[in-house]
Amino acid sequence: MESIKDIFNFLKERKKWWLAPIIITLLLLGLLLVLGGGSAAAPFIYSLF
Amino acid sequence: MKVLGISAYYHDSAAALTINGLTIAAAQEERFSRKKHDASFPTNAIKYCLDHQATSPHQIDAIVFYDKPLLKFERLLETYYSFAPKGLFSFQSAIPVWLKDKMFLKRQIKTELKAIGFEKIPKLLFTEHHLSHAASAFYPSGFKEAAILTIDGVGEWATASICYGNDRSIKVLKELKFPHSLGLLYSAFTYFLGFKVNSGEYKLMGLAPYGKPVSTQVQLFEEIILTELVDLKEDGSIFLNQTYFTYTTGLRMVSDKQWQKLFNMSRRLPDTKIELVHCNLALAIQRVTEKVVQKMAVEAKKLTNSENLCLAGGVALNCVSNGKLLSKKLFKNVFIQPAAGDAGGALGAALATEHIYFNQERVYPKKSDKDLMFGAFLGPSFSEKEILAMVNKYEAIGFKVSYHSIYKTVAEALNSGLIVGWMQGRMEFGPRTLGCRSILADARDPQIQKKLNLKIKNRESFRPFAPSVLAEDANKYFDLTSPSPYMLQTQPVLKERCRKKPDNYYEQPILDKLYFERSDLPAITHIDYSARIQTVHKETNEHYHNLISAFKALTGCSVVINTSFNVRGEPIVCTPEDAYSCFMNTEIDLLVIGQYLFHKKDQPHWSRGSNIKSPSILD
Repeated sequence: MESIKDIFNFLKERKKWWLAPIIITLLLLGLLLVLGGGSAAAPFIYSLF
Repeated sequence: MKVLGISAYYHDSAAALTINGLTIAAAQEERFSRKKHDASFPTNAIKYCLDHQATSPHQIDAIVFYDKPLLKFERLLETYYSFAPKGLFSFQSAIPVWLKDKMFLKRQIKTELKAIGFEKIPKLLFTEHHLSHAASAFYPSGFKEAAILTIDGVGEWATASICYGNDRSIKVLKELKFPHSLGLLYSAFTYFLGFKVNSGEYKLMGLAPYGKPVSTQVQLFEEIILTELVDLKEDGSIFLNQTYFTYTTGLRMVSDKQWQKLFNMSRRLPDTKIELVHCNLALAIQRVTEKVVQKMAVEAKKLTNSENLCLAGGVALNCVSNGKLLSKKLFKNVFIQPAAGDAGGALGAALATEHIYFNQERVYPKKSDKDLMFGAFLGPSFSEKEILAMVNKYEAIGFKVSYHSIYKTVAEALNSGLIVGWMQGRMEFGPRTLGCRSILADARDPQIQKKLNLKIKNRESFRPFAPSVLAEDANKYFDLTSPSPYMLQTQPVLKERCRKKPDNYYEQPILDKLYFERSDLPAITHIDYSARIQTVHKETNEHYHNLISAFKALTGCSVVINTSFNVRGEPIVCTPEDAYSCFMNTEIDLLVIGQYLFHKKDQPHWSRGSNIKSPSILD
């Protein structure tokens, strides 16, 4: 719950509400990923990520 | 006020403990976990920091992470959005990692801290990446006020910044933002020339002097870089032509095809032969890098009008560029954070929290020419009991002698061409070994570079070695205008010590060029007659200073080779066990740990393996 609150505060502070639908969609996808126990092995993509 | 700084989850995780504005302990996790560039949560490094000062978790006032993950996530999403539909594959790879871990770092950090023994989590803060870098350089510098220049690959959005530090405050004056980045530009060339991104950049820097300084090819490469790839502005800002780079959307730094066409050469595959064209390209990008850094420094001077400059961020580890910048004398005093990369971010985050968040008064060094990094000896040290535990475990044969005998024996060993593993006191913080976890050899020996590279370090033969010189004698050997205690600048070897180059010097194959005796200190004189110098000061490293003094008394020479005590692919040794294991797995002749001497010929048979990387694995 704290994480969701942090994300909300972050969007508010940065005035980036347009990111909210993307983040919500991604979080729902993430939930599926966690429930499905899928792997999230870090890809070889340097330090950018 | 006790603050614990943490850097983790990207590369080189580390922890640092500061108390009332002073750095008490700092170490990288890789030294404990024995995984090079370990990015995992720095559990061992935190435990060390707390144990060192006998601090229990409930005494910590705040814990601070060195960057802001949500801001980084914002950059990621906006970048994918800008480049869509390009980058779908990269998006698919990166997003699950973020959704599972990185977006919820706060929760993860708390879980990890609880596992260490933090029953109640103190205040948990997050600083901006470049502020962490800036703080890591400014507060320990001892300067009351200074211009601060930070340059790296990328933090959240910023890739470089100019700040002004005045007592407790740090004000950001100018920032360069992703995807335009000097660090990423250098990494792109690191990739194209067959080295590993994020760790092979210093190899590219070592390769550059093999290029032909006055050549049409280098000039052409420079022109191509500055016209096609980079738009360099007067204030040092750079704009990278994204049509040639793929790091924003792909899993590689550049498009091989486009670069091959642009430079009229194929990408060098790892561990394939290095040709002159590769060296020339390395030289061209090194020169462009120097040009950009100098322009940024001029802008920092213009904006702040300060006489002091602090440098940090991964690009500040480019000691060739640092050397050139120092020679320009734009600033009266320059301080470069020895742990300039992300590991140092842990320290900077802690100090920024103390002075900016808690408004803690600053501590200044007693002498104006000194800094507050204490020689960078901020890691663990080991007691006699711990050395003896290692001796018992491995049935090692060692002798305890007086320090006077240690200096004399090691000086004689070096003079007779032997290679010495040297471990004393607290471990260094940062990527450089500064005389507490070092492999030492005689810099006058023309054969030693080959022996060290191939038989001890198991690394590429073109790579140079660095000298440690008594601070008071540095000017007898090098054209050095300021002390270099952290080995962060290269400067020329004095002309009178150099030998004339043969006429066909630059046309010779790399190894012929390498083994030409350029000076009376051939092992540390690089191809371009420069050296990456460490000045050794009695106040910060007494044993090492005494040892080099003993070598000087015996030979008249105040210089020794100092290379990190590790082999290819392994982190620098930390414990007596690591040191003994490295000693037994290589052709090091003599090992010194504290007051104990171990001669190779006396040791029992060693059948344990090592993690030495084969040359075909990138490191």
